[in-house]
Amino acid sequence: MKGASIWREKNCQSCHQLYGLGGYMGPDLTNIMSSKAENNARTFIKYGTGKMPNLHLNNEEVDNLVAYLSWIDKTGKSEVNDSNIHWTGSYIIK
Amino acid sequence: MRYKVYLIFSLVMLQVALLCGVLSSYSFLYPETLKNIVPFQQLRPMHVSAALFWIISAAVTSLLVHSNHIAVIKTANKRLINTAAGIWALTITVIFAYYTMNKYGGREYWEFPPWLGIPLLLSWILLMVGYGIYWLNLKNKKPLYQIMWATGILFFLLTFIEQNIWHIAWIRQSYIREVTMQWKANGSMVGAWNQMIYGTSLYMMVKMSGDKSIAENKKVYAFYFLSLSNLMFNWGHHIYNVPTASWVRHISYFISMTEWLFLISMIQSFKLKTSEYNKHKHLICYKFIIASEVWLFLNLLLAIMMSIPAINKYTHGTHITVAHAMGTTIGINTMILLGSIGYICKIDTASVKVKKAVTTGYNIAQVSLLIFWLCLVVAGLTKGYRSRVLQIKDFQTMMTPIYPFLKLFAVAGIGLLAGMGMIIYNYLKQLYSKRLHHE
Ligand code: HEC
Ligand code: HEM
Repeated sequence: MKGASIWREKNCQSCHQLYGLGGYMGPDLTNIMSSKAENNARTFIKYGTGKMPNLHLNNEEVDNLVAYLSWIDKTGKSEVNDSNIHWTGSYIIK
Repeated sequence: MRYKVYLIFSLVMLQVALLCGVLSSYSFLYPETLKNIVPFQQLRPMHVSAALFWIISAAVTSLLVHSNHIAVIKTANKRLINTAAGIWALTITVIFAYYTMNKYGGREYWEFPPWLGIPLLLSWILLMVGYGIYWLNLKNKKPLYQIMWATGILFFLLTFIEQNIWHIAWIRQSYIREVTMQWKANGSMVGAWNQMIYGTSLYMMVKMSGDKSIAENKKVYAFYFLSLSNLMFNWGHHIYNVPTASWVRHISYFISMTEWLFLISMIQSFKLKTSEYNKHKHLICYKFIIASEVWLFLNLLLAIMMSIPAINKYTHGTHITVAHAMGTTIGINTMILLGSIGYICKIDTASVKVKKAVTTGYNIAQVSLLIFWLCLVVAGLTKGYRSRVLQIKDFQTMMTPIYPFLKLFAVAGIGLLAGMGMIIYNYLKQLYSKRLHHE
């Protein structure tokens, strides 16, 4: 996965979480691709915002990151539903 | 051995961690103005790496100095250990050079380009050989701190290797597999340095009270095995929400709950300990041990709660995790290590002026840390409530009421920097001018 190494090299993890793990300045991105339109992520990554830096990525890097986030999204849900909670307090997922 | 140099290096790392921590908290709060001057994505890795290097370097130096007191480490082993320390310090310097050039590539907490893990690994292996030969020849291995120090050094190696296992393509093929391995390693690594540091705390208690039985009774051995099983099996609480095999979750939930035994034991021995504390509380080194126990109690309570998946649902991915991470690394690890370094540089024999300054620094640090920690807990609870119960999806709307707590947190961070800075400055002065304990 090319996107994975860009994710590490640009240190997205210092501000974002995947499955709740990472830095806390920005939102969790585990399910960003299924919850919002693809262009949303693309725009943020390409241009940044007042808060998120513009990391000056080229189109190919943006494509790879979007593909990486889509790949992550298919692995599961970051937030556990109430229906997954067992009476013992543990989770039953899947 | 060049213990003094290692201690100075460790204290400098602590100072860097504190400075970068304060800067990163402001860059978190005011990115619009600060994102180009002190970028959060640069300062966070600097902060966290400096913090981890402070803890690991100081933990190893402490146990080496204390070991040398028990039986002199032989020249050949000293040479190995000195080489190890040289490689270690040099690599860390290169790591910070890469951070200043905005070059990353590693994983959470170890964000430097991954090839720099090779010299770190080499350094650790040399240390292990040097220390290992000494340890095997050691006549009296009965005191638990001896076992804990060796356990810590061994498990750090294992977890460090695990931490880098993502380089194998097969691990990366499945994100679930990769994230599980990564957090298994991170969780167990904390257990490894805790073995080294709690070993030192135990050692100091024995030395200050003169009572050897503290480290050689059935109860402490039993708790050692309990902590070892926690080291090996409780890491799953980092990844409860990841859809791994269910047994990972159930086992770590079960093992984490054995931590209630530590908590109950702490409450039971409370009376005994207070009388012990009163006897030694005039000693600065002992004050740090007392502080670490209070912080252990508070953080254990928080950690146990977070380890119940049904509660973790609301705390995971919030500032509660940060409260847990910094509460333990500052409140427990840093306090014990500052006590240990104080003991090594004989701070209790320093001039009244120095002792006063360290005590003032200590008091400022404790009060600031309490505010700091409470702000993170409240910020985390608020985030958990707003994002999981109220289900507010827009990130900035969800975060708005949290910022005031984080502002207070950042102010308390300055207090922590000031208080700890006073301690560090006086320790450095003392290290510079005095011979070490056991030299
Ligand atoms: C300095 C911190 C920081 C870094 C580094 C960072 N981000 Fe962000 N990111 C943010 C913040 C803060 C937001 C929320 C934007 C806002 O509110 O203005 C955000 C928003 C986003 C969003 C939109 C989320 C949504 O809910 O619509 C995406 C996608 C994103 N970032 C991806 C990335 C990727 C990919 C990288 C690495 C190349 C990255 N970010 C690096 C801070 C950061
Ligand atoms: C001995 C001193 C310190 C140690 C050992 C320490 C340790 C840590 C650790 C381990 C983390 C990672 C937390 C996580 O991933 O959950 C962290 C994050 C952080 N620390 Fe510290 N810290 C120290 C002092 C400070 C100070 C004085 C401040 C100033 C306010 C500070 C501000 C921060 C910030 C802003 C983060 C990032 C949290 C986020 O991603 O939102 N730290 N620290």
